[in-house]
Amino acid sequence: MRHAETGFNLEIDLTRGNIEKVATDPEETGDYLGGLGTNAKILWDRVPPEVEPFSPDNLLIFAAGLLCGTPATGCNRTIVSTISPQTRLMAFSMMGGFWAPELKYAGYDKVIIRGQSPDLVYLWIHDDKVEIRDASHLKGKGSIETAEIIRNELKQPKTQVAAIGMAGESRVYFASIEQGRSSASRGGIGAVMGDKGLKAVAVRGTKDINVAQPAEYMDLCNEVLEYIKLREDHPIPGVMPILAGLGSPQEMKVHDEKWHTENFMWGNSRTRRKDFWNDEIASAWTETMENVRTRLISCHNCPMKCGATISMPGLPTYMMKCFSKLTYTMAAMSDLDFGLTIAQRATEYGVDGFSTPQVMAFALELYENGILTDDDFPGMPEDNEGRFYWLLDRIVRREGIGDVLANGTYWAAKEIGNGAEAYAHNNIKKHEQLPLKLSMLNPIYFLMYATGEKMNITQIEGQFPQAPFPKREQREEFVKDWHQVPDEKFKRYFLDWELRGENSIPYYPTPKMSCDIVDWQEMMHYIDDALGMCAGLSSFPLKPPYHIHNYPKFISAGVGIDMDEAKLTKAAKRYRTLIRAINIRRGMRRKDDKPPENHWKKRFPELEAELLDEYYKLKGWNNDGIPTKESLHELGLDYVSEDFIKRGILTDDDDSPPKDASSKTD
Amino acid sequence: MTAAKETNAEKEKKMVKRIKIDVDKCNGCRACEVICSSFHAIPKYSGNNPARSRIRVIREPLSDIYVPVYAGEYAPAECAGRDKYIIDGKEYEECAFCRASCPSRDEFKEPDSGLPLKCDMCEGEDEPLCVKWCLNDALVYEETEEEADAAKDKPEDLDIGLESLAAKHGMRKIMDAVARMQIKE
Repeated sequence: MRHAETGFNLEIDLTRGNIEKVATDPEETGDYLGGLGTNAKILWDRVPPEVEPFSPDNLLIFAAGLLCGTPATGCNRTIVSTISPQTRLMAFSMMGGFWAPELKYAGYDKVIIRGQSPDLVYLWIHDDKVEIRDASHLKGKGSIETAEIIRNELKQPKTQVAAIGMAGESRVYFASIEQGRSSASRGGIGAVMGDKGLKAVAVRGTKDINVAQPAEYMDLCNEVLEYIKLREDHPIPGVMPILAGLGSPQEMKVHDEKWHTENFMWGNSRTRRKDFWNDEIASAWTETMENVRTRLISCHNCPMKCGATISMPGLPTYMMKCFSKLTYTMAAMSDLDFGLTIAQRATEYGVDGFSTPQVMAFALELYENGILTDDDFPGMPEDNEGRFYWLLDRIVRREGIGDVLANGTYWAAKEIGNGAEAYAHNNIKKHEQLPLKLSMLNPIYFLMYATGEKMNITQIEGQFPQAPFPKREQREEFVKDWHQVPDEKFKRYFLDWELRGENSIPYYPTPKMSCDIVDWQEMMHYIDDALGMCAGLSSFPLKPPYHIHNYPKFISAGVGIDMDEAKLTKAAKRYRTLIRAINIRRGMRRKDDKPPENHWKKRFPELEAELLDEYYKLKGWNNDGIPTKESLHELGLDYVSEDFIKRGILTDDDDSPPKDASSKTD
Repeated sequence: MTAAKETNAEKEKKMVKRIKIDVDKCNGCRACEVICSSFHAIPKYSGNNPARSRIRVIREPLSDIYVPVYAGEYAPAECAGRDKYIIDGKEYEECAFCRASCPSRDEFKEPDSGLPLKCDMCEGEDEPLCVKWCLNDALVYEETEEEADAAKDKPEDLDIGLESLAAKHGMRKIMDAVARMQIKE
């Protein structure tokens, strides 16, 4: 018997309508853990770089993390991996909620989908019974609407449903997979699901998940719960409220938005409104939120309340969390009421809350500057809010200009031409970023932005304070109970970090220190994504309950494999490197490892080059960002270097959009 | 905890264990189901499965309905009618507040055998573990001493199980099965 994991994957071939239950190799658990790690192994083995994102040969993998379904608090993430139509690299978006544990209870670790269904279908997994069912009646339906219809027609109210909306069906490059409470939004994985003709995956499970050493495992779980209570009672002083506690940033709970509204950019990531926040706005936005927020809600087996049920007057209820609260508001230069109202429609359509508002603001900026004209926007309303709704409706149907915009700002700008490229200014590796524009280069953030393979800052940052604390006493206080650090040197790095003077950014932390810090930050995210742990209880917040010192114990007691810090660190490095290799094989190189040009006003090309050099060295990559033969060998990844050598390590620039991108939707 | 007999045979002091459920504080995370099924696994904590839990959260997030319910007494037959409550404009379906394991619904039955489940307040622990694991205080444990009529002798677990099996399969089949098992032994 396997522990923590079920030891079985479901293999679904939608072209042939074939369903297989396949036993997995327990040795791979030691090497790649599970979730993201084993997803990467499957993608490396089975999706060569010649495979187009929109191809029956591309795989769409839904994985429950290794410890999902065990009593470990907050371990509930589904890791969805595929090749992204937008970046043309490996996409791995995660979602919380209830889907992953339900899959484990049904008896599976992953659902691996290949092929393409000629008609729209959904998958119904009920323990050992798995069916591909007709979904023609769900065509065009909203993602939450779809989940409700499926639960009702199956007469299974406890079924968990991951579904796409119209955007996924139309293969919008920033379409999400929605799961009511959560969504896997980044990288356009919803478009791949739509391309496969798969509307939803519904799961209900009633089996046991076992752990190897029950008493030890339960002690670890109880320690985590105790620590969560302790942290709830002792928020971290000196940081803003949304970062003082655990969980995702508490956007649904906290009303004070001075920091976001005055430090993040509005419109197409252009305008900073330094004196925006005042009492009048504070009370109006507070009233808006309090009137429509029916309840703060959690994911499976987690006491945090990062999400909320939102009921806008006259609209169906939906659920939200984190920064989507403000992305539409700020892109449209509007207010919270607008942001929460349009987010309802966007959630049903199933689109990414980061990319979508930016794409629409980008379109309107092109219009204001005469690059797009009235002819491109026939019948568009005059007011900004109205325009956003108008654009959203067209994007998800790929109608008119919406068909161009549906490919995201990078590809849209290329297609529009006429100088439009300068307006797609906030991308990393073709992927829209949070609207932040700052002054002084920060070496830690530079490395994270440049090299983060998730291309999303919130999925690599965390643990280490975002800025130095002004006074040494505060810093000394902070490091006192900072037991999460993998090494004492991190305390020193932080203690000596000053706001001004010699020990301040951009030259402090030094490149060496910055590399260490980023490597730690990234490792914790990668471990979370293999175990299925929510970043909100681990890699994201300061002083989280899960860390490098207790994770090996969780894995040993849960899975029953002999794990320690060194082995876990190496395993994380192994599949992190494998993901790098997948992307290298698809053409990614050092030239792609860069933040948006205008992310900081003050840039330091020599320092940046040094940072990258140092970081690549630490990671075992050569100067072009390619993992070296030696480092691959050390990680037991000789099969990667063999493939690299055989291919002469791709040098072709693979810079064209997926063929046949928009013709399938009509 | 067993009832402490008093000299007066008619009345006895009885420790009443109660879990106060505040549905407004429930955030729907189902940690209670996880820890309940883990505690009752054999060996203890060796596995978990909310489908075996003796507490269930009736959740309808879009209607803002979150009701943790504990498994109570087994009921061999469904009620003649069903309950429906409307509270603050919310309609509670599925006999939402009823604790019985009964033929009208799937709640509180072992997924393999269909045998009824019943909350035992985590006998042996300081407090029921669902309460301990509910950091949002939707579940709060209370003990009060009450005077009550002397309780009749309670049927043992074996009787409860057998009675429900008999109700499901008929007494004859049960007797046959027992006879067959005897021969094998």
